[in-house]
Amino acid sequence: MSPLGTQVGQLARRSIVRTFRQPANVAFSFLFPLLLLAVNVGGLDAAAEIPGFPADSFLDFALAFTFMQGALFATTNVGTDLARDIQTGFLNRLALTPLRGSALLAGQLAGIVALALLQSLLYLTVGLVAGARFEAGPAGIVVLLLLAVLIAIAFGAIGAFLALRTGSGEAVQGLFPLLFVLLFLSSMNLPRNLIEIDWFRIVATINPVSYLIEGLRSLIVSGWDAQALALGFGLGFALAAAALAAASLALRGRLART
Amino acid sequence: MREKHGIEAEGLVRDFKKGPRAVDGIDLRVEPGEIYGFLGPNGAGKSTTVHMLTTLLPPTAGRARVAGYDIVAEGPKVRAAIGAALQEAALDPLLTGREHLRLQTAMHGIKRDERRGRSEALLERVGLREAADRKVSGYSGGMKRRLDLALALVHEPRILFLDEPTTGLDPQSRSALWLEVGRLAKEEGVTVFLTTQYLEEADVLADRVGIIDHGRIVAEGTPAALKAQIGRPSVEAVPADPADREAVLRTLARFGEPQPGSPKGVAVRLRGGEGSLADIVRALDAEDLAVEHLQLHAPSLDDVFLAKTGRSLEGAGEEDEVEAEAEPEPVPA
Repeated sequence: MSPLGTQVGQLARRSIVRTFRQPANVAFSFLFPLLLLAVNVGGLDAAAEIPGFPADSFLDFALAFTFMQGALFATTNVGTDLARDIQTGFLNRLALTPLRGSALLAGQLAGIVALALLQSLLYLTVGLVAGARFEAGPAGIVVLLLLAVLIAIAFGAIGAFLALRTGSGEAVQGLFPLLFVLLFLSSMNLPRNLIEIDWFRIVATINPVSYLIEGLRSLIVSGWDAQALALGFGLGFALAAAALAAASLALRGRLART
Repeated sequence: MREKHGIEAEGLVRDFKKGPRAVDGIDLRVEPGEIYGFLGPNGAGKSTTVHMLTTLLPPTAGRARVAGYDIVAEGPKVRAAIGAALQEAALDPLLTGREHLRLQTAMHGIKRDERRGRSEALLERVGLREAADRKVSGYSGGMKRRLDLALALVHEPRILFLDEPTTGLDPQSRSALWLEVGRLAKEEGVTVFLTTQYLEEADVLADRVGIIDHGRIVAEGTPAALKAQIGRPSVEAVPADPADREAVLRTLARFGEPQPGSPKGVAVRLRGGEGSLADIVRALDAEDLAVEHLQLHAPSLDDVFLAKTGRSLEGAGEEDEVEAEAEPEPVPA
């Protein structure tokens, strides 16, 4: 393996090992989205009876939300890990090696990719076992995993940017409630055309999270919806590109080594 | 083989956005294979100097070469030649000792088939073989420092920077680390740049010492030569009755020049040798002056610090601590 590949691989390994050695983190990011799914499905199942509702069951409709929520946990996981490395001086230790800045970011994000994949497989398995129907078939599952990973990378890079910019784990954790608000002000619980409250529908329409969720959801409830997928992947790529560029710049500022 | 190049710095300066100039024109030269002790209180500029010499912080002005490479223009070459254990062992509490070594050897690009052997040898060397698979969160302070040292050595550096390596360690762990550092320099020819606020550490370990205060080197030389500059022993007396302070000082002043002492005491640097002590006791007795405490002490590095800065090293540390804790953000170079 090339030196860069080795560096990325080792940092990704560290990222995964660290996560699994913090049981609270694992329980939160793996189980909390499923708990919320169970609560939502239990309370909002009747919504599937609304005329024009796009899915046969609320479970099919709401399953996509778990992937999105998993990605939000990626933000705090990457961010708090990096912030801790800055605070403890571990980043300086890495800076004294021939490590490239790009390898540091790629390593952290590769760890998140692996975790996002594991989380997604768990959510998918639980969903299918609970009776969800997957309209896009096996190929759709692959595409859903790709989109879930892309979203995790985008949000992970936002967490990395914030950690590198502020050097503070508290600042990263402070972002989490804001992202959660974005999630709730999206089309996570109802299709946008069925939201009756005007301001909510407008906010959900301009909220990029709606399109990420709708891209994921389209594979489960409608099969192959080119527009929803194009919007989901397009926004996912745009967010990931912008966040990665910002994180790279912040890393350059943080690693002031000559 | 001993290297040709050590460390050279000329007029090294580092400013921060707020606060005083952290490093204010440092000139120094560390010979290959030498242990150089950089002694000073908290906030004196020791760590900032180390950060500049290890390329982690660009200097505001001045220049320096480490292992023959310019710290600004040839940062990657400097980093390849040095090892560093910076203040507060920077370890990941969730990883084991062995995992740290695996990560560090990989980051340094050491070939896969060499990584394991080198890691095992270093674990053995720092006495952590049995604890290698335990998470670092369960290590003692001494174990963390030893792992930190092992990590700094994975790529066999020619120059080693140790930033306050024994701060917070018990005497036994401190001695063990001194032995290892001494061995690295004497047997393997590694140049060691060591910052410390412990006089004893600098005295025992360093071939030469630079004393830094408020960002400037105020004295430099071998510990013996520095102490010889101070030259004569001093005597300090604490009067039993504080009202006798002036009278005690007048009596002591017959035997030497007054110098700063402890808050309750008075001190003089003796004109004669240690033999004057008996005369001092007799003189105090003749004046009917009772003392609570009378101490003769030979010159120490603290005396050198006192003579050069007018403050004791320990007191200076406390005084400057707030300043050190509030170290501001660096100005981009």
